[in-house]
Amino acid sequence: MAKVEKKGAVSGERLREFFREMLLIRRFEEKVEDRFRAGELPGFLHVAIGQEAVAVGVCRAMEEGDVFASTHRAHGHTLARGTHPNELMAELYGKLEGCSHGYGGSMHLYDVERGNLGANAVVGGGLPAIAGAALAFKFRNEPRVAVAFFGDGATNTGTFHEALNLAQLWEVPAVFVCEDNSWAESTPKKQHSPVDNMADRAKAWGMKSMDVDGQDVGAVYTKAEQALEHARSGKGPVFMNVVTVRLVGHYIGDPQVYRAKDEAKKLAETKDPIELLRAKLELSDEEVEELDREILEIVEASVEFAKNGTDPEPEDALKNVYA
Amino acid sequence: MPELSYREAVRDALSTAMRKDDEVFIMGEDIAEMGGSMGVTQGMLDEFGPERVRNTPISEIAIVGAGIGAAMQGMRPVVEIMYEDFLTLSLEQIVNQAAKHRYMSGGQLKVPLTIRTQGGAGWSPGAQHAQQLEAWLVHVPGLKVVFASTPTDVRGLLWSAIYDDNPVIFFEHRTLYGLKEDVPEELEPIPLGKGRVHREGEDVTVVATGRLVHEALAAAAEAEKEGVSVEVVDPRTLQPLDEDLIVNSVKKTNRCVTAHEAITRMGFGAEVAAVVQYQAFDWLDAPIERVGARFTPLPFAPVMEQFCIPHAEDVLEAIRRTVGRV
Repeated sequence: MAKVEKKGAVSGERLREFFREMLLIRRFEEKVEDRFRAGELPGFLHVAIGQEAVAVGVCRAMEEGDVFASTHRAHGHTLARGTHPNELMAELYGKLEGCSHGYGGSMHLYDVERGNLGANAVVGGGLPAIAGAALAFKFRNEPRVAVAFFGDGATNTGTFHEALNLAQLWEVPAVFVCEDNSWAESTPKKQHSPVDNMADRAKAWGMKSMDVDGQDVGAVYTKAEQALEHARSGKGPVFMNVVTVRLVGHYIGDPQVYRAKDEAKKLAETKDPIELLRAKLELSDEEVEELDREILEIVEASVEFAKNGTDPEPEDALKNVYA
Repeated sequence: MPELSYREAVRDALSTAMRKDDEVFIMGEDIAEMGGSMGVTQGMLDEFGPERVRNTPISEIAIVGAGIGAAMQGMRPVVEIMYEDFLTLSLEQIVNQAAKHRYMSGGQLKVPLTIRTQGGAGWSPGAQHAQQLEAWLVHVPGLKVVFASTPTDVRGLLWSAIYDDNPVIFFEHRTLYGLKEDVPEELEPIPLGKGRVHREGEDVTVVATGRLVHEALAAAAEAEKEGVSVEVVDPRTLQPLDEDLIVNSVKKTNRCVTAHEAITRMGFGAEVAAVVQYQAFDWLDAPIERVGARFTPLPFAPVMEQFCIPHAEDVLEAIRRTVGRV
């Protein structure tokens, strides 16, 4: 896609697209929560309410041919990179039409055609392969970038340290997007990390890092463009230190006994990325309501699509073990 | 026919693939200038350069993980884990990632990665440099597992591993690197999942892997002097397993011994025994005997180490037990 606007200035039109995309992710995840509580969705689900600007800002800055690895909190990344809501919802219902054909579920969303190399349910588990994908791009002289999403909790894993060490050592075209929501499941950052600013981690390898306000989708997009360009041009990997908020529990149904009762509510008043952009764009109530109606139709349709999808045969479990 | 050592045969398979195919590269600890701790990759840096013969940090998670990522992009990396004891460090990437990406994606991805490693006792390195952990890996769906015992086999099997579209754990045995034999002029690929009968016999089948293939052959020669005819079968690939070859052999001989250097308990031989008893129960004339290491970590002192690991004599005694001539 040709970029018409200058770097650093995100057009109002583009921000409106981002608004729509973030709202779609929000409504989609609210519906997921609703259907889970209704008992329709099997498994273990994690939503990223509050973190939509990270998904949209980074994924929209990626180019065709770029790849990414996601986390257990992957619905937003997947939708923002272009997977149809129908295919995503069908996966959550365990249908063959799902983006992982019913073999993955919420924590293992794949869409290889759109560069999604998999959401990973092992915290930090997807990072080394992103270094490896970037190595392949470097070997082949392809102008492609491999992107990894992970949280502050993942920065304590061995996979994180080994993968980023190797990526910097070999200066591969990778972007490491740390979504610092200050929680590792139920454990706050001050209990799980000796450093508060995740960008300090990148200093250990001499990796270029950038601080990003994860609630400002325009800022995320602009910084992601810069990071991707840096990596794509052969200058090595970039660490994006994206500070964001998780306005919900770790998983759907999490009573959040570890968190002050009104903390998420207070954060929502000041840090909701959708509300912040709505104010910035000065969208009228009518505009937002109309958009909301349109999006809810898409989300409802995805549920219908999923419910009418094809259940795998039990024996399908024996397929796809080997190539 | 050229004569190659097991070590040279591994190198020949790697080099032949890398000459043919830009998508094949190797990486691991100390593999470039040093040529690997076992000398397997000596000289390859000069021929292929530091990009394709890639020294890595001591970083087993990243070595395997980067291999997975490059493989998912269609390259055919061969990564080396210096000692299979260190596979344990990369096990998360092997078990949760390499083995499952294809499955979890519903068939969208392939991971054509080969993980070479080596182990084996008999030189007193102690408890962390000589284990035989193949049984850990054959338990994981999505992985193929190879254990070659001769120069010809290691050359042909490594080629097939590199060109297989699945992650393959490729075990080599340290004490076999110097073993030499005449090999075919041109590299002949050996399909994964096909075993080999090393010696035909009538009375007992010994299903052996790695170093124990050679111990079994020595035991078979001794048994012959006692009038016992022993067939020695090497499955070569542990997953997929050539069950037909093993079962048909036992149906002929009516007796079975399994033999590997790994610990007997829960070892690969237990699965072979289960396969045999289920598919050839009515043909068996004796309980299946298992030969392997004692259930201890590997000790340092040579006398203790030799006591713990199996030798030809242990195989011979097992053979004698199956034919009732203890």
